[in-house]
Amino acid sequence: MFRWILGSREAQSSVEKNSVLCIGEDQPKNWFTELQVLKGHFDIVRFLVQIDDFRCASAGDDGLVLVWNIETGERLQELRGHSQQITAITTFNCNSGLSLHISLITASSDRSLSLWDPDTGNRVQTISDLQSSVKCLLVLEQLCLWVSGGEELCVWNKDFQLQCHRQNHSDTGITALIKLPKNCIAAAMDKEIVIYRVTVSTDSSVSVAEIRCLSDHQDRIRALISVNDGLFVSGSHAGELILWDSVDWNILAYEHILWEESSAQSEIRLGAPKTSEMSIQHLSTNGKLILAAVGSGLYVYSVLTKTVMAYRKVAHDSNVLHTVLLSDSELMSCSEDGCVRMWEIQDLPLPAEPASSGFFGMWTFGRSNKQTGPASKKVMDVPNVRTLKLTGDLIGHSGAIQMFVSLKENGLITCSTDHLVILWKNGERQSHLRSLALFQKLEENGGL
Amino acid sequence: MIGSPDVVAFTREDEYSQTNPDLWVLPEEFSIPLHPLADSNPWAKTSYAKFTKDFILISEFSEQVGPQPLLTIPDDPKVCGTFDLNYFSLRIMSVDYQASFVGHPPGSGYPRLSFVEDSRVVLGDSKEGAFAYVHHLTLYDLEARGFVRPFCMAYVSADERKIMLQFQELSLRFSQASECLKAGNRRAFAKELQRKLRDLEYTHSVLQREEGLQREAGPQCMYSAHAVEKANELANVEKSIYEHRDLLKQISSYHRHPRRDPHAVTCQKCVTECLRECEALLEKYAKLPVNPFTHTDKVRKGEEGQGQTEDEGGDAEVEEEEDDGIKRRPSYTPQLIKAKSAKCFDKRLKTLQELCDETFYEATMELLKETERSFRGDLCYLHTRRLDRALRRKLRVTDFLFEEELNDDDEDAGTLRPFCAVNHTADNYTLINPPPIVLGPEPVELDALEPPDPLDPALETSHTQESELGLRESHLDSSPSDQTLETQESSEETKGSFSSDKSGMGLAEKQQSVACMKSEPPDPDSDLTPDHNSDLERESSSEEMETTAGEDDNGGDQTPVSLLEVISELEASREDECEGFTEEVQSDLLVPLDTACCMAQEGFLYEASAPESVPRLGSGSHPQPSQNQVVNQEPQALLPIQDDYAMGSPCSESPAAGLELAVGLLSDAVSRASVEDGSDCTMSASTGSDRAASPVGYGGVVTLRQRKKAGQGALRFVRQYPFAMQALWCLLSGRTLVVLGADEGRVRRLVAALALFVPAPGKCGERIQAWLSCPFTLTDLQRWKLIGLQRVASPVGSSMIYSLSRYSRYIAILDADQKTLRCPLYHGEVLSNIADHRTYIRRGSTYFLHLQSTLCRLAAKAFLFTFTHHLHLPVSSTEGPEVVEGRRRCFLQEQLGLGEEDSQILLYLSQLITQHYLHPSTRSSAAAPCFSFNYTTSVLYKI
Repeated sequence: MFRWILGSREAQSSVEKNSVLCIGEDQPKNWFTELQVLKGHFDIVRFLVQIDDFRCASAGDDGLVLVWNIETGERLQELRGHSQQITAITTFNCNSGLSLHISLITASSDRSLSLWDPDTGNRVQTISDLQSSVKCLLVLEQLCLWVSGGEELCVWNKDFQLQCHRQNHSDTGITALIKLPKNCIAAAMDKEIVIYRVTVSTDSSVSVAEIRCLSDHQDRIRALISVNDGLFVSGSHAGELILWDSVDWNILAYEHILWEESSAQSEIRLGAPKTSEMSIQHLSTNGKLILAAVGSGLYVYSVLTKTVMAYRKVAHDSNVLHTVLLSDSELMSCSEDGCVRMWEIQDLPLPAEPASSGFFGMWTFGRSNKQTGPASKKVMDVPNVRTLKLTGDLIGHSGAIQMFVSLKENGLITCSTDHLVILWKNGERQSHLRSLALFQKLEENGGL
Repeated sequence: MIGSPDVVAFTREDEYSQTNPDLWVLPEEFSIPLHPLADSNPWAKTSYAKFTKDFILISEFSEQVGPQPLLTIPDDPKVCGTFDLNYFSLRIMSVDYQASFVGHPPGSGYPRLSFVEDSRVVLGDSKEGAFAYVHHLTLYDLEARGFVRPFCMAYVSADERKIMLQFQELSLRFSQASECLKAGNRRAFAKELQRKLRDLEYTHSVLQREEGLQREAGPQCMYSAHAVEKANELANVEKSIYEHRDLLKQISSYHRHPRRDPHAVTCQKCVTECLRECEALLEKYAKLPVNPFTHTDKVRKGEEGQGQTEDEGGDAEVEEEEDDGIKRRPSYTPQLIKAKSAKCFDKRLKTLQELCDETFYEATMELLKETERSFRGDLCYLHTRRLDRALRRKLRVTDFLFEEELNDDDEDAGTLRPFCAVNHTADNYTLINPPPIVLGPEPVELDALEPPDPLDPALETSHTQESELGLRESHLDSSPSDQTLETQESSEETKGSFSSDKSGMGLAEKQQSVACMKSEPPDPDSDLTPDHNSDLERESSSEEMETTAGEDDNGGDQTPVSLLEVISELEASREDECEGFTEEVQSDLLVPLDTACCMAQEGFLYEASAPESVPRLGSGSHPQPSQNQVVNQEPQALLPIQDDYAMGSPCSESPAAGLELAVGLLSDAVSRASVEDGSDCTMSASTGSDRAASPVGYGGVVTLRQRKKAGQGALRFVRQYPFAMQALWCLLSGRTLVVLGADEGRVRRLVAALALFVPAPGKCGERIQAWLSCPFTLTDLQRWKLIGLQRVASPVGSSMIYSLSRYSRYIAILDADQKTLRCPLYHGEVLSNIADHRTYIRRGSTYFLHLQSTLCRLAAKAFLFTFTHHLHLPVSSTEGPEVVEGRRRCFLQEQLGLGEEDSQILLYLSQLITQHYLHPSTRSSAAAPCFSFNYTTSVLYKI
């Protein structure tokens, strides 16, 4: 691409190897035209949690939790206390009192759990010297309890008192926890999903009972989410996607996403697919659709039809780490390649129409006319399948983007291994807001 | 920039600036002139003059050889050409109107020093084609006839109108210089007097003793001729002592003498210091006995010492030194004064340099050089520049976009500066060891009370006293006709000078110009306005002033209240200044006072401050009473405050030179502010402090000169690259431009040239990175708008290429080696005006002005756009955002006539203005800066 700069073929050849589509620089649908780089972390930033409409917390391997004002980009609080990397963070919102107050619960590798007040930056509660570090957290709002999962499953009340705990029999420990109806919890442990039930007796003592163990996955479970009240879904390292009934825990659908089956071409090119390339890294849903990040590809699975309705085998240059379904047709993904991509689920273009960038192809640097042929060809074989069209990408981070949170009209916040948090905004909206502020100040000052 | 017309043919100011050899531009003789007659410059009025440039001439009326030229500024024989300086000196010295009354006035026994006010005269010599503003001044010299040495400084120009219309400023400038010289002269004179007094006393004591011995030896009633002679001699010496003491008294009363010259604005520090030192001297010498019956202990001791001298074979000094044990070695050995010290014509007269204290002389020369510099260019140019500056002070909202900092601009501003030019500020030392004024070594020898301990805290307090005498111009009510009168006289006496009609016309014109100046709304900056109206009445010959002396004692009273209010704030800094200065003076004078450390520091400080003070002398030493300057001065000035007392590093020392000054400026500005325009000025003051609080990367302020030089580079760029317009568009629309190249020099040159187009480049060009040799990141893009990037063929290079390609959507890449530009398409019209590679503009400075005018127009549009309410916000609640959007588009396209791409420039500028307005100091806010961009396709332009 930048051959003219170096005068060598090196850059060009790397582009040729790369079959990932590139949208080019002309992205009319991409409205993130302003960004703010939020600095403060000094190690990988792994977690982002939205606290409320104007605040967001980021946490990472430096053990820091930073609270940001997402409207201005100001750093509001710096929550220091953990000596090691943070492994899980969640908001804790127990409306037992009169006022609804949001706190943050963090878990760290230093085997401690902390409760923070994001308004003041105080560490309200802390528990250290746990037997093992906590890997995931789950808040049960109705019961005013929260659950930590690691090598053991512990149930805590809002005052950070251990209510009960259950030792695990698996080595790997709990990697994911979700809430199910009827006070049940599903915990992913290696290849199994264990269903627990939390019961609060009349004397307000809490007990946890293991009800069922679902061991249908062939490989380690990487992702576990609940889709809606009646469904939850799990994805494994081997690319199995299983839909479960939330109430009676039966398998509703089993989808094995394997590339060889879908694309002969990629097989030739890539050889035998490594398992990592079909591992389900992340799942997200909006209740109707399930978006699975499989290797560096994206699959949209419809709950209704129980089929893959759209997919893109190679959506990123490397593994997709986080995805989100913005609406029924829009989705976003971020990846280790350091960019966030925005997609649109579109009906197929007419077969005759080439999927090239057309006129501008000659101007842009060669990349855009190398749209992935296989994907569009594939589509024709399978009816009912729609396509994922890239509508924009956000390039800013220089390392893998660990996670992002969509802030609706406020924009998007991303965190990355390059220690940065970037706030992407709608430039026009920001400009409008600034104009408002300007005239307000003008009025206050009584003119220039 | 505002006033710069599109074609500026009179930018002659770079004739003295070093012209960098330009490889791409043809030598002058090969290029085709724009006009058929190259030398028929319609603006050149110097064609018939024998000199090529305006210059400053200092001449003296020597009592030995008559009028003689001493020096010219600039000190370049080329300047004067064939112009006869000797003749001209004769001319200008022959119109001295100073009423220098010398000698014994009837009724007083002693010779009197004449306190002569300077006189200002304009004279012309049409044959020579020379016109001059002539400023006469008198310096004191103990050895000269009547103790006075007449000097004059003349600003010689071929343009009469220039002299006439700039009269006020010239007068101001030269008054400052004159005051500076005189201040130094008084100091030197007092020093000389002191020495003389010591000599006399010594002589006196020796004579006395001899007489006594004689009296003892000889019979009581017999008077030998020898004895009579001795007695006469003694009487003479005594008389001489009285005379000199009186002279000392006179010179020390100088400051109490009401100044009739409104331009005689003296530095308060000088005044206080000089007063103090003179008072100290007076006190001391008042105690000293002339006649033996009123001996004090001190002298008795001295006499004893001398008695011992007799006994021991005559080494008084050693004895004395032993007596005053703590004292250091005296520097000066009193000498016997011969009874007849005849004034002979072959005696060497003191040079100007010796007459004035060295420091003061240097400062004056700097001041005059500065004056010369600031009056370069013709009248139109000067006028435009002044208008420009006056206007720009009102354009604070958009000023930051394309303007250089005003302060360096003000360097050559010829405006009133009420503070002294003797750089308490320019050679302003942060040394905090303030002994009281010690003019000479005498106090050291004579009173043991004052050990020359430079750190004596008790003595510091004496420095705080402030007399604000004449700090600001007092508005005198001398008769308004004075000036005409004066010029008339001069015209009568000098052949071919303008007639009285002419001068009247000049005056009328001036009045007119004053009127139009005045007709402007009262702007806080207009140093012009007060000067003009007051100055008209101000000029008067000294005779007339003599008569109106009664009115003149209001100098002190007229110090504005507001100013007095800020004095207290000032005091601390003033104190430092004073102390620093006295320290310096002391070490100058007390040669043997070899406090090694002190001297060492002294030397160091000189070195440190010298380079800095030269370019910034104007801004540094002549505080200007405009609050705008304060704002601009602030960053340099207050920087050292942050690194408190950075004595160690010379680089931080030099900015410290501006430190106190800025405080003075600030307070002055505040005082003005309260007088004139409260809100505006206070705002400026506060922004000043705001800015100062922000630690800017101290990369050196981009000066106007640098920018003009860059103009040449920019012009070359525009002529050389057909896609220059696109590159400029990128910069102006806020897209970071990366200049990629292997050759550092070329890249740096390009960056320097293109830096002109970076909106809001920051005070020190913080938004520009001239040379980067590592891969950049997103934050760099956010920080820098123009980056010079090294092309390297190595692993580093590939990662650089990676970052280039990765962030290619945010940047435009100008490849300096292959001459390509990769950036979005631009079809706009706006920039074709400044980026026409077939432009006829050939001079860099012309192009710079052209550019400035275009950019200014853009900034004005952006201002309009930013602050037009209905373009951003709905007028009524029923309007949706689309309506506003439509209105905005309509405004941009139809009313401003801007296309899509040109609108982007405006939007970017508007965004900058908004941000600047909302957060005047972005750095102070916790929020990270925003980085805006848009997603458009780039294309590759080739040559």
